[in-house]
Amino acid sequence: MMDGLEALQVLTRIRTDEIVVLSESTRQDWPPLSTKPDLDIGITGSMSKASSFGLGLALARPDVRVWVLDTDGAMLMNMGSLVSTASAGPANLVHFLYDNGAYDTTGGQPTPGSRKVNFGEIAMAAGYRRAVTFESVEALAREIEDVLEGPLPALVWLKVASRGRRADMRMKRMRESFVTIRDYLAAHPPAR
Amino acid sequence: MALQAAAVVGELERAGVTHIVWLPDSETGYMYEAMQASQCRIVQVCREGESMAVAAGLIAGGAKPVVLIQSTGLFESGDSIRGMCLDLQLPLLLMVGYRGYFGPDRPKVDSAARYLEPILDAWGIPHHVLHSDADCHLISEGICQAQEKSHPVAVLIGQEYDQ
Repeated sequence: MMDGLEALQVLTRIRTDEIVVLSESTRQDWPPLSTKPDLDIGITGSMSKASSFGLGLALARPDVRVWVLDTDGAMLMNMGSLVSTASAGPANLVHFLYDNGAYDTTGGQPTPGSRKVNFGEIAMAAGYRRAVTFESVEALAREIEDVLEGPLPALVWLKVASRGRRADMRMKRMRESFVTIRDYLAAHPPAR
Repeated sequence: MALQAAAVVGELERAGVTHIVWLPDSETGYMYEAMQASQCRIVQVCREGESMAVAAGLIAGGAKPVVLIQSTGLFESGDSIRGMCLDLQLPLLLMVGYRGYFGPDRPKVDSAARYLEPILDAWGIPHHVLHSDADCHLISEGICQAQEKSHPVAVLIGQEYDQ
């Protein structure tokens, strides 16, 4: 099992211009590490729909790479979105799963099936093109760039330790991030 | 008076709709065929609550989606409507199958029909009932209203689609 912050640091080092869509625990852990906060959006208040938002974004802009940094509790709550995403098949979407086995935002209670559910097999059965699992930062750093090359959509399952409840990191409000990203994409249209 | 699926889809095309985020309901027998033949891309979801978030992502990316679901699915989508449609101020048309509605003067026996408009009123979402092809202009007008106010608008499909 990895330290979650170290795992996220691997991603920040290789990130270029991806739009990053955040869910519950990643909405807390990613912002202090992010090098491009203007291209991040934390999805709140929709019963864990970060993956669905990421799907819409990826379909609207196939030229833009979209990373969804989902969490285990959120994925359990929106499991059908795996099938919706696989069915639409965006080739520009990487679906990370930051699996800490717990509802950290509410105090660290275990999620249903904590550490037992095989999310990789579920994603492949739903129709994802690829699913890979990382339990060490070294393996993640060594192999992630190859995974990002495709085929996509892919699930990248990051098994990380629970960090328990922590202070909210106060990222930008969702509406503000939404407008920033919408305007950024409008200013950077697809190449013709 | 009939409500033809092709007339509805034609109105969506004229309004420049790019994507229809959709989960079938009992009112949409002929709609799938009409959508497949259209220029709009169909995005299927597994549960209605996904549809608002998918639409939000599409709008962030510059697309012009509509959501097409049934009233019962709208009830299930409560927090997505609050968190996505309302908090993000989405210029989004929600096309909602009005289950249990048989006309303005007929009793609403089905609770799905009784609660729909009061709930939309509670959320402050303007809504219009579409009864026949002659009302299809309400679709374009609803889209314009949503764009101008940057706010969701609902068109309630009060009649089963015809071929």
